[in-house]
Amino acid sequence: MGSIATESQFHVLAVDDSLIDRKLIERLLKTSSYQVTTVDSGSKALEFLGFHEDHQNNPNQLSVSPNNHQEMEVNLIITDYCMPGMTGYDLLKKIKESSSLRNIPVVIMSSENVPSRIRRCLEEGAEEFFLKPVQLSDVSRLRPHMMKAKYKDHQEPQKQQVEEKSEVEMIIQSQRQEEDESPQEQPRQEEDESPQEQPQQQQQAQGSNNNKRKALEEGLSPDRTRPRYSGLTVV
Amino acid sequence: MRDIRRSGRRDSTRGERKYGLFQVISPSRSAKTGLPLWLLGLGVDRLRTDMSRLLALLFHQGVLDEQFLQLQQLQDESCPNFVSEVINIYFHESEKLLRNLRGLLSDREFSDYKKMGIHLNQFMGSSSSIGAKRVRNVCVAFRAASEQNNRAGCLRALELLEHEYCYLKNKLHEFFQIEQQRVLAAGVRYPIQN
Repeated sequence: MGSIATESQFHVLAVDDSLIDRKLIERLLKTSSYQVTTVDSGSKALEFLGFHEDHQNNPNQLSVSPNNHQEMEVNLIITDYCMPGMTGYDLLKKIKESSSLRNIPVVIMSSENVPSRIRRCLEEGAEEFFLKPVQLSDVSRLRPHMMKAKYKDHQEPQKQQVEEKSEVEMIIQSQRQEEDESPQEQPRQEEDESPQEQPQQQQQAQGSNNNKRKALEEGLSPDRTRPRYSGLTVV
Repeated sequence: MRDIRRSGRRDSTRGERKYGLFQVISPSRSAKTGLPLWLLGLGVDRLRTDMSRLLALLFHQGVLDEQFLQLQQLQDESCPNFVSEVINIYFHESEKLLRNLRGLLSDREFSDYKKMGIHLNQFMGSSSSIGAKRVRNVCVAFRAASEQNNRAGCLRALELLEHEYCYLKNKLHEFFQIEQQRVLAAGVRYPIQN
């Protein structure tokens, strides 16, 4: 019930225009011991995040200043894809283009299994793509992304400054998979081999989930080795 | 209600004992509480069976799927009315969507199939989220007719959708009624929780 994120609890911002899905994701996240804020649109999400085009603050610092729009640290953003106005993809792009927000891991949810859509979201920097209805087994995959972001932030405070300088370059670059000197890219690839991911994949006990994800895996190129897909089909 | 709880507490001082039927069905206790026997002990088990049977039927008929079970799993002491809350939102939204769809199709010169598609996507999504499998499947067929600009097909699909939704709503009402009774009866069996 507190409005200040404590170190022991991660805070997730959930974005969905459907009231039922907001209730569901809120419950799923609270059951998994996360603090949750829900909003019904991408623009409200950005508002909550204190989004400004030239915002230089580091959002991963705890901040209680009343001048700062963002009163609570957000450790992960989970958003629906299909929303009127700003889609989840548009929101993802805006977040990744923002120097202050792009370190926050983003997860996309969708009721439609469209491989090209999934690919586009991942390429834009989404950590995961969940098919709806989202289940507890999906939510259990979120923690590593939040841990990674938090851990990285404590380890590399100086590199943040380097990233801010290259912010303009990043905005100009429309293709994120181009060779990027940013340290962010490497940890993401290292994640593929991380042994930490393996137990997560084996937790995919739900047959229906595997069927859903099999469909999308077929649409992806063979060299894509992100564990969230290759692992899922290894059953 | 107070009398019931007091008698319950007294039992627990005799030691850690599960509340078996025999403890609760004692004439003196029922006389104290003034409640009929069916509400004490016996009632809970029968009601629980009724609920399971109803759910099993609905699963068998394909009316509900495993997502409904997920909803139930998310309900606990900290959120004891989660399922009924979500389902009530679903009813409210669904009826609005059905009215919208009916409104669109009753216009002879209707042509805004895109708008219809938006309503249907919403209906599909919410139905899928609560495990309303049959309703969702009808939405899929409805959407296919809509994409073909097939007005007659849409009308047929809407009728079927209204029928399926009605059936689902009635069954879920039945389910919640039994659950309410079960909660009442269970309140008699167990003393106040911490």
